[in-house]
Amino acid sequence: MAKITFITTENKSIILEGTTGSLMQLAVDNSIPGIDGDCGGVCSCATCHVHVHPEHVEKTGEASEIETDMLELNDHYNEYSRLCCQIEINEKLDGVVLQVAESE
Amino acid sequence: MSENYSNNKTCVVIGASHAGVNFAFALRKEGWQGKIILFDKDPTLPYHRPPLSKAYLTSKDAIEKNVLKSQESYEKDNIILQLGTEVSSINRLKKTIVLHDGTTQSYDKLVLATGARPIIPSILGIEEASNLFPLRTAGDVENIRNSLAKSQHKRVVIIGGGYIGLEAAASLKKLGATVTILEREDRILARVTTPEMSTFFEDLHSNNGVEIHTNKNVISIKTSEGLNTIICEDNSTFKSDMIIVGVGIKVNIELARDAGLDINNGVSVDSTTQTNDENIYAIGDCTFHYNTHYDRFVRLESVQNAVDQAKVAAAAICGKNATYDAIPWFWSDQYDVKLQMVGLSTGHNKVCVRKEESENTKFSIWYFKDNTLLAVDAINNAKAYVLGTKFIKNQKRIDTSKLVDPFVDFKPANLVVES
Repeated sequence: MAKITFITTENKSIILEGTTGSLMQLAVDNSIPGIDGDCGGVCSCATCHVHVHPEHVEKTGEASEIETDMLELNDHYNEYSRLCCQIEINEKLDGVVLQVAESE
Repeated sequence: MSENYSNNKTCVVIGASHAGVNFAFALRKEGWQGKIILFDKDPTLPYHRPPLSKAYLTSKDAIEKNVLKSQESYEKDNIILQLGTEVSSINRLKKTIVLHDGTTQSYDKLVLATGARPIIPSILGIEEASNLFPLRTAGDVENIRNSLAKSQHKRVVIIGGGYIGLEAAASLKKLGATVTILEREDRILARVTTPEMSTFFEDLHSNNGVEIHTNKNVISIKTSEGLNTIICEDNSTFKSDMIIVGVGIKVNIELARDAGLDINNGVSVDSTTQTNDENIYAIGDCTFHYNTHYDRFVRLESVQNAVDQAKVAAAAICGKNATYDAIPWFWSDQYDVKLQMVGLSTGHNKVCVRKEESENTKFSIWYFKDNTLLAVDAINNAKAYVLGTKFIKNQKRIDTSKLVDPFVDFKPANLVVES
């Protein structure tokens, strides 16, 4: 079980609990605005863009090459950008805070 | 629209896949206070379709791992699911729909998200063929998985070398099957992409041990004791234990047509997804709609279009300004190859290929009409896909000599011709 905080683009904090699946699935199931996951989690659509809290990057790991390629030219890209469909929930993620990126 | 306008209203949606489900949730988000009822013939909790021929086929996962939204999400947003329920007709005068069992359901707004169904071609003996399946629903995949597990020789013939056929081939190969693809045209993917891409995928599948035969028009199937013999027009024959049919889809327009709605290679809708009846909207694969970027009417078989139109319809029904203005994109995963496509290449008169340095499976094909970029197909190259999307959107003119030079860094500033 991991407690994950999503901060929406309207600055609302939503705390969710998850055990399995990806962070995108958790967000979609709880209707977090701005996380759509249209492609079902295969890194094809970039509709699950988040910024990981700088202090939590160690827990989530860094973006893979394809994530970076998908996001690099996004207006809201920064070094903490991830596609959260690529982050699997596990206990290590407990306490992670994610800021939902503005859509382009 | 006032906040309470929709209080006692009912919005009925026919079809609960990507378009219908996304629409229902978007409608709630837009502030619809009334009832939302989703009908679908498929008894399964609505699921992601693209993985069916890809990761889902090769996994042992139950479909629950693949659902669009959890059961609780529907309850939370008070969206009523009527699954396993077929709709027989629409009565526009009474504003009701009639269900298969004769009962009726009234609506204030009706959304058609009826999608499409696989074509089963009229081939002699196809009805009696053993273990023959289309691939469109979770049930189809269940059947394919079970049939393959039971099959001793695991010889599969796939009729049709389109995306579904090719993805199924890659997945079945992974599951240990012997796979043969029979394509009627002179190249695979003939209807949907260019010869350059067809060649790439033909090589990819051959290298992975899939046999591809083009110019094979299947005319009959003979079946005895579970063994199918597939006979082509040129008298060649192929043996198989299983057959997968992937020769395209037929749009589910019957309900709309019988209700007198305008049909034109799909249900005709305007830029707000409204049909010629002000209380009826249509979204997703079943629609024939105008695309502003390409200045023509199109019908798209894609998740993205389903989701985009769903959002537009939800906003429009809630009285907000919303118009459909999307650049189409698609993707396909086969083996370890990721294909991402953006735009529509129809009408191109110039093709540029960019191969990344020292990597033969990382390249992109850029389609132009004169100087205008129409579309990009990117193989294992998300960067090219993203760049292409940006250029099509901004209508930037591109220096094609730089584009095809792998030593020129893939950045907008390096490629755009400043006017």
